[in-house]
Amino acid sequence: MAIVSSLGDIGAIRRAAVDGFARKRRWALLVPAMILAYLVYIAFAFNVPELLQRARVDNAQILLADTVSHKVHVTRDNRSGDMTVAIEGENKGTYPGNAWPAWVSRQGDATVVDLGNGHEVRFEGDTLFYGVPNVGTVEIVRGDGGIELSVPLGLPAEWVNASNSRVSITSPAARMSVTRNRSEVFRYFGGWELFFFTLDSPFHYMSWGELASSVVSGEQIREGQTNLSAMLSDFWGNAMWRHSDVAWAIFETILMAFLGTFGAAIVALPLAFLAARNFSVSLLARFGVRRLFDFLRGLDGLIWTIILSRAFGPGPLTGSLAMLITDTGTFGKLFSEALENVDKKQIEGVRSTGANTLQQCRFGVIPQVSPVILSQMLYYLESNTRSATVIGALVGGGIGLLLTQAIQTQKDWEEVTYYVVLVLIMVSAMDMFSGWLRTQLIGNQRHGKSV
Amino acid sequence: MTDVSLGGTRETDTIKAGYLADMRRKRMYSGILLVVFFVLLAAGFGLADSRNAGGFWDGLSRIFDFPAELIAEAIAKGAALPANLVRYVPAMIETINIAAVSTLLGAIAASVLSLLSTRGFARWPRLIGLFRRLMDVMRALPEIVIALVLIFVLGGGPVPAMISIAIHTAGALGKQFSEVNENADLKPVEGLASVGATWMQRMWLGVLPQVAPNYLSYALMRFEINVRASAILGFVGAGGIGEELRVAISWGTGRYDAAAAIFILLFLTIVAIDQLSSHFRHRLVGTH
Repeated sequence: MAIVSSLGDIGAIRRAAVDGFARKRRWALLVPAMILAYLVYIAFAFNVPELLQRARVDNAQILLADTVSHKVHVTRDNRSGDMTVAIEGENKGTYPGNAWPAWVSRQGDATVVDLGNGHEVRFEGDTLFYGVPNVGTVEIVRGDGGIELSVPLGLPAEWVNASNSRVSITSPAARMSVTRNRSEVFRYFGGWELFFFTLDSPFHYMSWGELASSVVSGEQIREGQTNLSAMLSDFWGNAMWRHSDVAWAIFETILMAFLGTFGAAIVALPLAFLAARNFSVSLLARFGVRRLFDFLRGLDGLIWTIILSRAFGPGPLTGSLAMLITDTGTFGKLFSEALENVDKKQIEGVRSTGANTLQQCRFGVIPQVSPVILSQMLYYLESNTRSATVIGALVGGGIGLLLTQAIQTQKDWEEVTYYVVLVLIMVSAMDMFSGWLRTQLIGNQRHGKSV
Repeated sequence: MTDVSLGGTRETDTIKAGYLADMRRKRMYSGILLVVFFVLLAAGFGLADSRNAGGFWDGLSRIFDFPAELIAEAIAKGAALPANLVRYVPAMIETINIAAVSTLLGAIAASVLSLLSTRGFARWPRLIGLFRRLMDVMRALPEIVIALVLIFVLGGGPVPAMISIAIHTAGALGKQFSEVNENADLKPVEGLASVGATWMQRMWLGVLPQVAPNYLSYALMRFEINVRASAILGFVGAGGIGEELRVAISWGTGRYDAAAAIFILLFLTIVAIDQLSSHFRHRLVGTH
């Protein structure tokens, strides 16, 4: 009898186990299937197929090429006939007329641009000749009726893009375009141009070795200034890369994060006492303060940014106040939770020595909650550095502004790359700094927890 | 006898004096630190104020002007409010979808990355450092950077926002997931290894059941953050409610009823998602 019943039990247990396995197996299939179904829905909702067709692969190529290289424009103003050679076509990168790079030369009235590997462009009057090795010469004539193009046999057709008002040729060696107003040739070079010194600085024309020896040699290149300080001031005032502005922008971003985080903590701490169950003076105040925290958090940073920039105008103060307000809500909630978890005994001990309420808070409560509060604040300092980059783009301050400006002009991708690298360094540095400060102030908590 | 007790008192006196001096020094240091901190804070606010287009004290009186205008117009055109709310629901859904799909993709990437970078679980133990650095870089990249670059390549719309938030999410969740992994039990993995399970099987059957509740809880919290992030990215041209908000605000005075409707919709959605997610998180990992 007993054996039969236990056998029955075993049967039931086995059935339950088998059912359990089957249920788990169904779930293991169902969850990925649901995820897949959702992704398919998203693909249609976001119109991914059309997007893939619209995607500008050429833009991506320009972007990638530009991040690691720069181009030099050789331009002929077709109205006046003036020639200019300029890095990235910018004023601040224009070579003086008597100091063109070696690959651009004057031959009588004509200007010859050597593009390397046997490719050569000649500007002669209103005509541009492009000599392609083993193929022949392309002739682009800018006439009154329009732009005429004659192409040698064997020139790859995909190089040429021509209409009556504009002819452009893209070959592996260079890119050129001719319109009514200007004829331009672009030659690409590796690396970031003029990163240290611009063309107007004497140091631009020196090699690394010469720079190093000029630092130690006594001869002053610029009167009344040591070579090192002249070098530093030229680098700092570099008009192309604006190192001083960039450094200031990084500082401004960190400043926004600093003000937002610590300002919020200072506002939130007293309010958190009102919101904590064990310290609140009245139920009504507690309810009100808690709803205030919810409201500050719920009315997202974006909305606060918009409202505040209406009142304060664009700038770093608006960004820090927006962060301050949002984080007051977050900190209020976190701090009041920490306060609700404090040990009553320490406070009673302090009270037994005759301390008043303020002293009880200072010596009974704060030492208990300060590790939690400090660690939260430092976590948020790091995450707010990243938010400050984003908010900076909205309110017009800090590195976020420089970044969006550089991206929106859509040509200086090497600057974008530079800023992105700087942002990465900035955020990682703040991460390390806040981690270091946390261990200094409250010891290694994680270690203690895992033991 | 007296000598000894006298010496003892002298000793206690020196200890007491030393202790009090120590306390005074400590208090002085923390006092100085606190003063320096507040001076820095005040100087920082002064600096930020001087760099701002409008001053703090001027703006303070005007801080409620815009909300007041908004509310006044919303009330004046109260009849149009329900229609406006309905009108912006699709954009709100798009924002939520951006957040949801980027959290989903980011969480999947984060679980793989975190398993690859946890000692004991890693497929290639030598590459642990590499995967950790990869997560650090993904985490440090602000969403707006990738979004703006992708908008240049792909054109405006939700996909750039989705990809950029997913990348950041993979890094941020990857770090939290790694912390969860470190507390997971190695025994099931060893058991599975002893019966010849592949790495995939060991992770799927041995690790994921242990860590799934914590993973889900962190992913839900990240979803809340991502809803806010996708609203902000919309403001720079990545679709969804943020883009509608920018358009509505640029219409200016007289058309703020639309902006008010978007504010209300955004606020309600964020509060609802916060509540829902904290409810589910409580159920997943108990208190916290």
